[in-house]
Amino acid sequence: MKAAIVVFPGSNCDRDLAVAFREAGAEVTMVWHKDDHLPDGTDIVGVPGGFSFGDYLRCGAIAARSPISQSVIAHAARGGYVLGVCNGFQVLTETGLLPGALMRNANLKFVCKPVELTVATAASAFTEGYAKGQRITIPVAHHDGNYQADAETLAALEGDDRIAFRYVDNPNGSAADIAGVLSANRRVLGMMPHPERAADAAHGGTDGVAMFRSLVGALAPA
Amino acid sequence: MKVRVDVMLKAGVLDPQGEAVRHALGVLGFEGVAGVRQGKVIELSLEQKDPAKAEAEVREMCEKLLANTVIESYRVEVLG
Repeated sequence: MKAAIVVFPGSNCDRDLAVAFREAGAEVTMVWHKDDHLPDGTDIVGVPGGFSFGDYLRCGAIAARSPISQSVIAHAARGGYVLGVCNGFQVLTETGLLPGALMRNANLKFVCKPVELTVATAASAFTEGYAKGQRITIPVAHHDGNYQADAETLAALEGDDRIAFRYVDNPNGSAADIAGVLSANRRVLGMMPHPERAADAAHGGTDGVAMFRSLVGALAPA
Repeated sequence: MKVRVDVMLKAGVLDPQGEAVRHALGVLGFEGVAGVRQGKVIELSLEQKDPAKAEAEVREMCEKLLANTVIESYRVEVLG
């Protein structure tokens, strides 16, 4: 399974994401934002956390218009997999690959702590390593993680089982306690919590490992 | 040609920063501030000399980058 991790100026979780994929058995290539194509045979693109382009204009806005993002959009349009974490989630909403937007946390505070999540669906390559309803602990670290979408979009996400994770104790004001959402074809996931920061015993938790393992398992050549 | 763009959160979208500013104004003794909405001003200097074309161009910029129309609205003013 081949993973490509996109690196923007200001990304800071790119290497953590690469390690998590590699430990799960993926072959990982780092891709610079000015590149205009993904490596041949890329199965999944990882869009990492950080502060791409200094969060100028809006979080993820400039990164979403960079050359590599056009390739990521094309990859998703072909049915390719994409995982966006934290700033990566913000980038994916800015590209339009995922609905809604991530606004300033409702209490205006940067929140950095492990949080409990409920796995809202196990029906995706990202979440099939968990049981629906399972509680897992994954760290968050963000200032703009307040997920908002109009009522119609929220109803559609709910109705189509596209909410991947919910916060048990909402840390940022997100609508419907949403921590992560899937695309309509269930192959693009954006989430504010960092599964790559719960991928090794030394991190203090390993609840993120199941995501990387199930992705590698699902996308391995038959 | 100078063009000014105002980007604001859409009506109905909660603005936590505006709310914090409103609260701080109350602390300073400014009474009767019923609401504060915070937005951005973007000024552009364009080579385009035709005001109608400049406005159309800037509207396209707003749709593609300057505003996130999921949560924000924008207003374009050609200053000449």
